[in-house]
Amino acid sequence: MGFEFIFSPGSASPIFRQIVDLVRLAVATGKLKAGEQLPSVRALAERLVVNPNTIAKAYGELAREGIIDGQQGRGVFIAPPRQIYTKAERLRRIGPLVDALISEGLSLGFSAEELVDSVQQKLARLDLQPAPARKQS
Amino acid sequence: MSQYVIETSGLTRYFGGKCAVDQVTLRVPRGAVLALLGRNGSGKSTLIRMILGLLDPTRGSATVLGEDCRRIQPATRGRIAYVAEGHPLIDWMRVSDLESFQKGFYPDWDDRMFRTVVEHFDLASNARASGMSRGQRAGLSLALALATRPELLVMDDPAMGLDPVARRTLLEAMILLTRDAGHTIFFSSHILDDVERVADHVAILDRSILRVSCPVDTFRARVKRLTLVFAAKAPPAPEIPGLLEVRREENELRLTLANYSEQTERIIASLGAVSTSESALTLEDAVIAYLGDRSRQVSLLEKTREAGVI
Repeated sequence: MGFEFIFSPGSASPIFRQIVDLVRLAVATGKLKAGEQLPSVRALAERLVVNPNTIAKAYGELAREGIIDGQQGRGVFIAPPRQIYTKAERLRRIGPLVDALISEGLSLGFSAEELVDSVQQKLARLDLQPAPARKQS
Repeated sequence: MSQYVIETSGLTRYFGGKCAVDQVTLRVPRGAVLALLGRNGSGKSTLIRMILGLLDPTRGSATVLGEDCRRIQPATRGRIAYVAEGHPLIDWMRVSDLESFQKGFYPDWDDRMFRTVVEHFDLASNARASGMSRGQRAGLSLALALATRPELLVMDDPAMGLDPVARRTLLEAMILLTRDAGHTIFFSSHILDDVERVADHVAILDRSILRVSCPVDTFRARVKRLTLVFAAKAPPAPEIPGLLEVRREENELRLTLANYSEQTERIIASLGAVSTSESALTLEDAVIAYLGDRSRQVSLLEKTREAGVI
């Protein structure tokens, strides 16, 4: 289990949110693959020295989003890729974030090309695996 | 079995004419890790000592594990461990003396737990408390507390004066205690990064008054910070319910608010700012907003700038 859970207390983002974001990104970038096992709530709480309720909350959210499968007593696993949201719902969720990027970017004086470039550079750095076939569930 | 291990009602204590704890009504849920926060002198230790029956309240009442705090029976005391402020120990005693002394009061004493914690802190069983460093005293206090397998662990500022390594061990000890389902920790602290790691509930005492008592996540969601930018110099902040902190810097007004509502939104909209943005707060920012002096609208740094102090 080589995956490193990196977080920092004292951030504007609560610890449970940091863990959700970390796992979500690792799955999106292929660092964590379907079927890989994550530590149990208790094991991760003790490894990170964090209240188990915080880990349980993070895992709960990841399970709701379909990113992990947790069967009681059998361990926590990265779920096979699937979309729990429809295309329309995904667009609805990403829309405001794109709007914020555009308005902030333009007001800072970037051109449209520069904004697209900066997004592409970031994505390139993530070393994305080719997206696996996603099925609607 | 009650859902709450500690329940206080209107708990009040005066020292002479000075009110140290003012009508505190607090409930600590079973299984919680609750951090009691507040500035020095806000009444945290007085509250803790009343809850443990070490100090009588002037008014009000409190129960711990279902028993009146003024009459805690020995059997109930045996289910509570207390780590007092500054880790006081009986100086002439050796580790082994303190062990057998403490053991006598606690029927569920766990020898292996005691040995493991004591060894972790490199304490020889013939070492005397008087010759120990602060970290070692903390380690021994923890060993004495954890070995009782307490249903309720109460600690008064246990991190005070500890180096980062000892502090981390303290946190580990707290996480260790949560292995026992339904065991509760009630502790005071000033170190909010630690609180964020281990606590799931938070209570805030501000000048003797309990102002917050809820899950940490609820507390964080409740406090918002808005930055209003004006075309000219920012106006003074208006009366807004739940306003915790105001910072005015040139054409910016930064408001930290609790319990944001539609009414708050209307008042803010009426100020005529050119832009309003919301920023996320760290736990520390949120706590400082609660504990700071609300009449003070500028920081020390801003004040020195205005006064021309270099």
